[in-house]
Amino acid sequence: MTPRTMTNRRTLLKGAAAGGLLAAAPLAARFASAQSAAPIRIGFQQHSTGIGAAYGRWYGRTTEAAVKMINDAGGINGRPVEIVAEDDGTDPKRGAEVLEKFANQSNCDVAFGTLFSHVVIGSAPAAGELKLPYFVVSEGHHVASGMLNRYTLQPGITDVKSQVQAMAPYVSENLGKKVTMIYPDFAFGHDHRDYFSAAIKEQGGEVLEMIAIPPTETSFTKYFPKIPRDTEVVYHVMVGPAVLTFVKELGEFFGPSRPEIFGFIDSLEAVDLASPGLEFLEGTYFWEGNPRYAQEDQTSHDKLFREAVGVDANGASVSDPKDVSTYAHMFGCWETLHIIKAGMEAANYQGPEDRAKLIEAVEAMTDMPESDAHPQGPKRFNGKTHQVFGVQYISRVENGKLVKVHTTSIEDTLYPDEVDYTTMSF
Amino acid sequence: MSSGARSTLLHLGLIALLFVLAFALPSYHQGNLARIMVLATYAIGYNVLFGYAGLLSLGHAMFFGAGMYGLGLAMQYGGLGVIPAFAVGLICAAVLSTVVALLALRTIGVAFMIVTLMFAQAGYLTVLYFGAWTRGDEGFVIAQSARAIGGLDLTDPTTRYLAALVLFSAALLITARMMQVSFGSVLIGVRENEERTRMLGYDVFRHKLAAVVISGTISGAAGAGYAVLFGYVGATFTSVQYSIFPLLWVLLGGAGTTIGPLVGTLFMFYLIDYSSGLTNAYMLIAGVVLVLLTLFARAGLVGEIRKRWVAWLP
Amino acid sequence: MEFGPHLLLAVLEGAVGAAVLALTALGLSLVFGVMRVVNVAHGEFFMLGAVIAWFVATSFGGQPAVGFVAALAVAPLIAGLVAVLVDRLILKPVKYDPEATIVGTIGVLYILQQTALMTYGPEARPVEPPFSHRIALPWFEWGENGFAMFYPWGLSTNSYKLFVIAAAIVILLVFWLVMTRSRAGLLMRATQLDRETALAFGIPVSRVYSVVFGLGAGLAALAAVLIVPIQQAHYLMGHDPLLLSFIVVIIGGLGSIRGTVLAAVLIGMSDGIISVFLSPTLSKIIATLLVALVLVFRPQGLFGKKPA
Repeated sequence: MTPRTMTNRRTLLKGAAAGGLLAAAPLAARFASAQSAAPIRIGFQQHSTGIGAAYGRWYGRTTEAAVKMINDAGGINGRPVEIVAEDDGTDPKRGAEVLEKFANQSNCDVAFGTLFSHVVIGSAPAAGELKLPYFVVSEGHHVASGMLNRYTLQPGITDVKSQVQAMAPYVSENLGKKVTMIYPDFAFGHDHRDYFSAAIKEQGGEVLEMIAIPPTETSFTKYFPKIPRDTEVVYHVMVGPAVLTFVKELGEFFGPSRPEIFGFIDSLEAVDLASPGLEFLEGTYFWEGNPRYAQEDQTSHDKLFREAVGVDANGASVSDPKDVSTYAHMFGCWETLHIIKAGMEAANYQGPEDRAKLIEAVEAMTDMPESDAHPQGPKRFNGKTHQVFGVQYISRVENGKLVKVHTTSIEDTLYPDEVDYTTMSF
Repeated sequence: MSSGARSTLLHLGLIALLFVLAFALPSYHQGNLARIMVLATYAIGYNVLFGYAGLLSLGHAMFFGAGMYGLGLAMQYGGLGVIPAFAVGLICAAVLSTVVALLALRTIGVAFMIVTLMFAQAGYLTVLYFGAWTRGDEGFVIAQSARAIGGLDLTDPTTRYLAALVLFSAALLITARMMQVSFGSVLIGVRENEERTRMLGYDVFRHKLAAVVISGTISGAAGAGYAVLFGYVGATFTSVQYSIFPLLWVLLGGAGTTIGPLVGTLFMFYLIDYSSGLTNAYMLIAGVVLVLLTLFARAGLVGEIRKRWVAWLP
Repeated sequence: MEFGPHLLLAVLEGAVGAAVLALTALGLSLVFGVMRVVNVAHGEFFMLGAVIAWFVATSFGGQPAVGFVAALAVAPLIAGLVAVLVDRLILKPVKYDPEATIVGTIGVLYILQQTALMTYGPEARPVEPPFSHRIALPWFEWGENGFAMFYPWGLSTNSYKLFVIAAAIVILLVFWLVMTRSRAGLLMRATQLDRETALAFGIPVSRVYSVVFGLGAGLAALAAVLIVPIQQAHYLMGHDPLLLSFIVVIIGGLGSIRGTVLAAVLIGMSDGIISVFLSPTLSKIIATLLVALVLVFRPQGLFGKKPA
């Protein structure tokens, strides 16, 4: 069988045509400078079905755009990049199977993709055994916690631990010191619970109540009375298809008298802020991995990224303003693909025998300035923990739009290393 | 040749074939088949209860999970080696299935299906509740270095394949033997006509109890095997979906046949693997196959073969 | 929040859940009662209702009330027709064999789910309620100045939520009238009591089965249209209603309308109320185990008669 590839020969050629200069040149001639003109194959583990499908769609679009840009600029080491997309069903078992398929069946050079932590953790052992570099875009703390292996890296998106702790100073200084947290009762939520409550204590604040919502829940009002009356800030983070219900019911519960509200945009990722019932969000704050609405001080890099992926100034698809992107996360795919390119070029990557060299090349990376390859902002990669660190944004809802009010420094997000993967053998 | 000798020959031949395949298959399919054999072990466990005793459970993920977490937690926090941790997994599954059987067997039919479903749902939530140890839905990884028996590295593809084959063969031979002794015929009697079996003087409850415990323990062995061979323990494996899977595999292959579970698992795995290359909605294809199966091949693949051509198939 | 207002809020929220659950479960109960078919795809008909409601509501654009009313009519109808098709093409050919229908409907479950994914997409999408007003609720307390009324922080409900409860009650009453007073109801009840005798008396059992299966799916779809302005339409949303409906139908006693409704109220309410006292996940575990134990020790359900 032939694996379903997103970038087939025809779209590759179209990309070349768009490049203008090379319009007439056949594909082989275009990449002739390389020792081999065979494409570099990147296995893309995609949430096409299952609970993560809304993310998977945008991860797919971003990946497609990034690959087009890389190919238009001559590919990697003069070779074109080809994406081999496989659905992981947002399921850890299938995720591991897909990695085996990449390594043993479709001859991929590296694997990349996926968001949901359980798929990453379920697939990582396979990556280690197959000795297949596995670049994840998951924002979980699992890589930096030392739980995984030397073949798993997260160079394109920051992890929950650093995001959460970087929020605490702003929350305690500007919104209030008495916080009630509402989070889903599973590992992702527990990371928020543990790292934020520790960070807020360090700032002299306190967490009054921690409300863990069972993951199977579809209605939420019954949990809100547990919010203590003297709460100054409600901290919320929720994922899954019921997020909009959650936020709507939160607003309805408080009515006209609400405390300050600080949320992770995960609670509203891929959801239109103009949805009915969300009016109460006016004046509340959100963490954003990358500002969804084009800001006044928008960089040329963000502009380019937005256009390439097909996202308008409101963070929705240019072809359908109701189709809202997962803007706070999907830049990770773009940046990760550029890091794979940089790593392969630094390692002079020729084929699977150079996989270890590729990992060492990525481990050697440190500061990455804000650029077209890193439109979200400057990054600092920690080769020992395989985790990247970067600036975080806090936005406030003003006139139904998210307006950036604070940018953390990279230093705010750093924490002591918990692992040194470079000491592990390949 | 008696049908008993024929089926022994069939089973040994199948095991020999799988052994040869360990060295003949390209690495991708070798990896797949290792996985399929572990999952087929799960299906064999399910088949004991569903195929032979005629009890439809929608909660077997809790037994699979008991084995998986029994082994996983014992290795992670108890520091046990693979063999003792595997024993812990088996014990967890056996104890859980005994408790569940004592309660659930008071019901029959749809009620049995729902009770097992509920217990499994409670099990799934329990895994999430104790997230401090289980890491909830995210799950945890069993270190590659710990996944070895003595000097045997279970993460080496061929060793892993052979380990999966040992697990599968044990389950296959146990159930095949079970069906050759009177225990098996009594179970089938219970399935066909419980009242009559009781009249004949058999203790129906004890036979059903034994069936649940054997079924649950084999499923648990598969769960423990999956965790140690593939290095991951997670709550997904205890969700309802993973209770429905063995039902589908068994139905597809043929309920109440010894090799049906393997055939069903194999078929389903490659169906999804191939069709996911054609369309995102590969579960749509799985759905259509199920409907077609219902309409035209009710006894499953092996079951239809037995019905139409090879009556002696065990 | 103080205990009293908290409990009141939990009861109100529970009532909305119970209302929707009662309608959904009634559909499953009807199908099981009359046809003896365990419809595993029941939750997907619920999902289908919600998804169709979204399509209908958005195609009417401007006025949410118009779209909503149209959805109320169209969604159950389409879901019902799909169900009739399933009955004709799958259930009838296998002669309603229990095992075969379970497998067949699992197949239907996947087909409906994936078709929704391909056409409707993976997002959760909201349908605008026809009306929605926050209603702050008062509470009474014996304070320094005697008995006084005050408005506790957060104690409120929503006019649309109250409408859902009322609408469910009306639909249940209509359903009860149809079952007990009309000829169609008589035919269904006769078929439920004794299929063979019904056949002998010339009742078109096969047609009754189709109607019942369609009606069951229609009820689930109707419940979904009611809830979708509060929650959202999503292609995986059928899972929970299926599980809960199963529980309700069994607890209520198979095929008993009254039992099903009572059980829906009990299950819908208890979920919210237990969570007042315990940690949410723990309360879910306990509620689930309780249901299982009720079944174990009273397999005929709380309200069913002991089989002779």
